Amino acid sequence: MSPIAFPPKTISEQGRAERPGLAGWLLAPALGWMGVFFLLPLALVFAISFASRGTYGGVEWTVSVANYLNVIDPLYLKIVLRSLALALATTVWCLVLGFPLAYYIARLPARWQGVWLLLVMIPFWTNFLVRTYAWMFMLRTEGLLNTALIGLGLIASPMEILYSTTAVLIGLVYGYLPFMVLPLYAAIERLAPSLVEAAWDLYASPWAVFRRVILPLTKPGIVAGCLLVFIPSLGAFITPDLLGGAKTMMVGNLIQHEFLVVRDWPFGSAIAFVLMGLVLIGVMAYVKAEESDRGQKEER
Amino acid sequence: MAEVSVEIRNAVKAHGATLAVDHLSLEVRRGEFFSILGPSGSGKTTTLRLLAGFERLDQGDILIEGRSMRSVPPNHRPVNLVFQHYALFPHLTVFGNVSFGLEMRRLPKEEIRSRVASVLDMVRLTPKQDRWPAQLSGGEQQRVALARALVNQPSVLLLDEPLGALDQQLRQDMQVELKAIQEQVGITFICVTHHQEEALTMSDRVAIMHQGRLLQVGSPQEIYEAPASSFVAGFIGVSNTLRGRIARFNGTTCDVTVPGLPTGQAIVARPSAGAGVGSSVTLVLRPERLHLSNEVRVGGFDNVLEGRVSKAVYNGSEMQYLLSLADGISWKARVPNVGEGQKKFLPGEAVFVRWNADEGVVLTE
Repeated sequence: MSPIAFPPKTISEQGRAERPGLAGWLLAPALGWMGVFFLLPLALVFAISFASRGTYGGVEWTVSVANYLNVIDPLYLKIVLRSLALALATTVWCLVLGFPLAYYIARLPARWQGVWLLLVMIPFWTNFLVRTYAWMFMLRTEGLLNTALIGLGLIASPMEILYSTTAVLIGLVYGYLPFMVLPLYAAIERLAPSLVEAAWDLYASPWAVFRRVILPLTKPGIVAGCLLVFIPSLGAFITPDLLGGAKTMMVGNLIQHEFLVVRDWPFGSAIAFVLMGLVLIGVMAYVKAEESDRGQKEER
Repeated sequence: MAEVSVEIRNAVKAHGATLAVDHLSLEVRRGEFFSILGPSGSGKTTTLRLLAGFERLDQGDILIEGRSMRSVPPNHRPVNLVFQHYALFPHLTVFGNVSFGLEMRRLPKEEIRSRVASVLDMVRLTPKQDRWPAQLSGGEQQRVALARALVNQPSVLLLDEPLGALDQQLRQDMQVELKAIQEQVGITFICVTHHQEEALTMSDRVAIMHQGRLLQVGSPQEIYEAPASSFVAGFIGVSNTLRGRIARFNGTTCDVTVPGLPTGQAIVARPSAGAGVGSSVTLVLRPERLHLSNEVRVGGFDNVLEGRVSKAVYNGSEMQYLLSLADGISWKARVPNVGEGQKKFLPGEAVFVRWNADEGVVLTE
């Protein structure tokens, strides 16, 4: 029988058992791709993180945890903590700005929803680097923002925003906001408006409606959006590089620096794995908390 | 006279270019089961949403227990709504759903527990209080929705098509149960429905709405037996109509001449107020009020028309006949099945349709 066949008409347990090969064949391209281009390099980086730097920047295959101990060095730890704080701030800002926007879009008439979602995604049509350069023009001392504010008489002298943490934050929030808005939109769109009205009718103030009904029922979207923003902004390096200047090095820049400038691949790999470990621990702690929360609910 | 619980004064609400509610005035008495009946788009749901506070009046006012609701948001109104598709909170158990309103009003925990327990007992859901809404049947979800609203002891309970999502058998059981619960708690119920049998069965009074306007308010019997317009007559139950003109008055009755009937044959009817000689009128007759016979004269009836059976349908409890009368007029008749000796008419058979003057309604248009 050919490996690609029509699925059985009724998907019963029996029907599935009869064709164990079909699902496997359909999965093969994706699994193969992930294996060759994701798992394999990851394993390589993991291996390198235990090696040491050769005299001329190569990899010397020794086994030691020296690189990991190096990460705990206050100099590097500070960068990691600063990056965590910035990624957290980016996530919070994206959530605060993205939730009302997603809510607004989800409650528009269906034909307008598409238009608005398109507007949210349009920035993706332009290269990210180009858009970051555009922000440099906006934020610099003689830039659009300062010129406009001075023109309006709101400030007397230009603000020094470019090459600061604020500039990086603005750039990151700008860059990752769509990743927050889209999952939030999907979650809010599924929330029946009658549930909001029911809570309102049952004496809930607008804030209580939000906290007791909207928030718990859109939580999966909030979690997805936060992960989609937090993880890439933690490792971001283009935005901090261009908007933050040399003063505010983030962990993404540090890794880039170790690989491309210092040519210390083993140390760069170790930092990358520490970063991954931190994210993984965070996500698992959340999942654990969620499970015990659900367990308690079901017991009651 | 019973006290007024809800008063709608000249309410206007526009949706775009059309008036969803068009100068509506209405009084609902305290403790009464009041239904607003109308086809979809009649403005009945908008009226309910205006009462709940989800929509704002363009003009007019709504008073609940004498207090204007114009600037009162839903969470401060003494009303609760049973939503059409129940709108139960999926992340809360039955208990969590029912206690929601009391928790929002920050009542003491002990009081919340006892009030939820007693209302769950009333709707027979005590054993299910820890279930999630998704684990309940449609009828159980409906009762949770009812309990969630009733537990707050509102001045007025609003119901939006409360039985619309239930199957026929359950719907009929719930009609009786809902009415019983309403009598037990004594709260004013305002129920919006497009289902006329539901409205007639449960309500103390019924309002008929059409195109944003109120057509008639009255007891189910008044609405059914004395419809104020041919729209009401057609919307409530099945009705047969004849158009004609009043020829003369004979004391309490009048003669109506109908084009198409043999000359000289007038229909004897009881005139409506305000009708005069020459008024053009519509005569409305309910199918179950018609008496069928093979003979012209058996007992004294005021009116006899000759016709032919074009269709006969056996319906268990009754026979339904489609009759063709003179000049293409088609009527329906219903005869209850009372026993073996009863005459059944066959398609094609000639029949005489007979009725008395006071069994028809004359509408002046």
